[in-house]
Amino acid sequence: MEPIQIPPVDLTLIAPLLTITAWAIVLLLVDAFLIPDERKKLTGYLALAGLAVTALVAVPLWNVDGSTFSDMVVLDRYSLTLTWLFLLIGGLTIAMALEYLPRHGIEQGEFYPLILFAVASMILLAQATDLIVIFLGIELLSLTLYILTGFAYPRVTSEEAGMKYLIMGAFAAGFFAYGIALIYGATGSTNLAAINAYLAAEPFVLSEQVLLLAGVGLLLITFGFKIALVPFHMWTPDVYEGAPTPVAAFMSVGTKAAALAVLLRILGSAFPLAYEFWLPVLSVLAAVTMLVGNLGALTQTNVKRMLAYSSISHAGYVLLGVIVATERGVEAFLFYMLAYALTNLGAFAVVIALEQRSESAWSLDDFSGLFQRQPFLAIAMAIFMFSLAGVPPTAGFIAKFYVFTAAYEGGLGWLALIGLLTSAIAVYFYLRVVLRMFTRDPGRPVEPAMDRGLHLNITLAAGLTLLIGLLPMPVVNLVERSLVALGL
Amino acid sequence: MLAAYVPILILFGIAVFIAVFVITVSAMLGPQRGTPRKLAPYESGMEPIGAAIRRIPVKFYVVAMLFIIFDIEVIFFYPYALVFRELGVPGLIAMGVFFMVLVVGFVYEWKKGALKWE
Repeated sequence: MEPIQIPPVDLTLIAPLLTITAWAIVLLLVDAFLIPDERKKLTGYLALAGLAVTALVAVPLWNVDGSTFSDMVVLDRYSLTLTWLFLLIGGLTIAMALEYLPRHGIEQGEFYPLILFAVASMILLAQATDLIVIFLGIELLSLTLYILTGFAYPRVTSEEAGMKYLIMGAFAAGFFAYGIALIYGATGSTNLAAINAYLAAEPFVLSEQVLLLAGVGLLLITFGFKIALVPFHMWTPDVYEGAPTPVAAFMSVGTKAAALAVLLRILGSAFPLAYEFWLPVLSVLAAVTMLVGNLGALTQTNVKRMLAYSSISHAGYVLLGVIVATERGVEAFLFYMLAYALTNLGAFAVVIALEQRSESAWSLDDFSGLFQRQPFLAIAMAIFMFSLAGVPPTAGFIAKFYVFTAAYEGGLGWLALIGLLTSAIAVYFYLRVVLRMFTRDPGRPVEPAMDRGLHLNITLAAGLTLLIGLLPMPVVNLVERSLVALGL
Repeated sequence: MLAAYVPILILFGIAVFIAVFVITVSAMLGPQRGTPRKLAPYESGMEPIGAAIRRIPVKFYVVAMLFIIFDIEVIFFYPYALVFRELGVPGLIAMGVFFMVLVVGFVYEWKKGALKWE
């Protein structure tokens, strides 16, 4: 019998992933054995420490480039930038949850390791270059999110949200697995680079590649579900409304960023030759998403649902950067994700500050006259709303500008136009919130409960949103440099 | 390109045909003399008691879920036992990591009381 060859494995390339996974596993045991029930916040602080350590571990890898595990996992600057973005999202989510969970009586230590696992799976997605590994990452992310969505366990809406997400997610996973099978049948590989090499080997007529087209189409359906593109968006408002608010915030930015990042890698490195197929499909999806997301948000009087529709429409905008697939498009995607993550997490943090125990303060009326009661919250919320609407001088404006320019230069001028027009619609419902906060008298006295964590969270998010809006160049430099191939 | 899969389509057609044919023919031509005993649901010779669809304690679900973990563990350990020597130290480390993750899950569920019946 021939000796079995184990492929060489370079663990330094997945050091951030290993760090955060190991931290989460140990934290799970520490939480179960050492931390008493009334001090579960400690678990949250330890989870934050884990995110910080992981971010530090990733720093020396900036000048490293390579792939390992038989080219299934890659480390490049693109994945590193995304890793830091995911860690930031996870950190802000945990900071929000520290006060939210005990106030709603659902504090359990598992919450924090689960966020760590979700972030770990997102890092895996950023580094994956094989369809099987991508499937693994998506499944790990979904499994943790199913639990987190239903985390407010006795609350029926939370259970309903978890159930809806589980059933839809299971369907999406089925589509993905079937898509992988068809693509494997057509090209003989699940490795992204190998698929492209097979397709590039000899010229082919795209419309005759039935298996390949069906496979790619099934993959796009899965991503449509994960990113919440219209017409796969139906679950989004219900799930965001029912899920614990920090989880909704996490899903609205984290899941989307991870799924878009991996979609970009799949389209760019496996199917650049099939762009005649996916470009029109995704262009139409992006256009419909921008329209339906913004029009849906118009009629909402529930701020949480409005933010859900707003997150749908923003998925449409980011998709522009992904599908132009130029260097500028990728930069725009990274920049937009960072700006959107800060803004949206901040907006959700304000919603959390207004939420009381066993009482939801999500109606527009609850924001009436907020400025008189809590000027700090009102001003922060105004900054977030301006940024989501894309009004200068906020990060949201620069991000939209970046994406639309990239789309225009990449030959998708009509999509950029639709983006501009729908942004104009969006101004109405974002500014409606602002108007209420500053002009109306308080409808009913909702006393916001603020603690240090939320305060810091909102200050940080609002400050960075303004800072990136006023001084975008450092971030632009970062995203530009994260695309530069090494040794150039 | 899809022409290569025509035999599978034919096989599928034959399978459907045989299934439908056998059931239809036996229903149409076979003698049907039912007695109460013949028409009763088959329960391995026992007298049927109650309907088959009823509420089952959710604890069974937890047990089944926990069982799957150890089932999978065994599935991976058998082939590993066969190639233990060929894989050498790297294989031992890989299986050690796999086992550690499994043990963590086990210890966690034990501590949380998932194994207690009451």
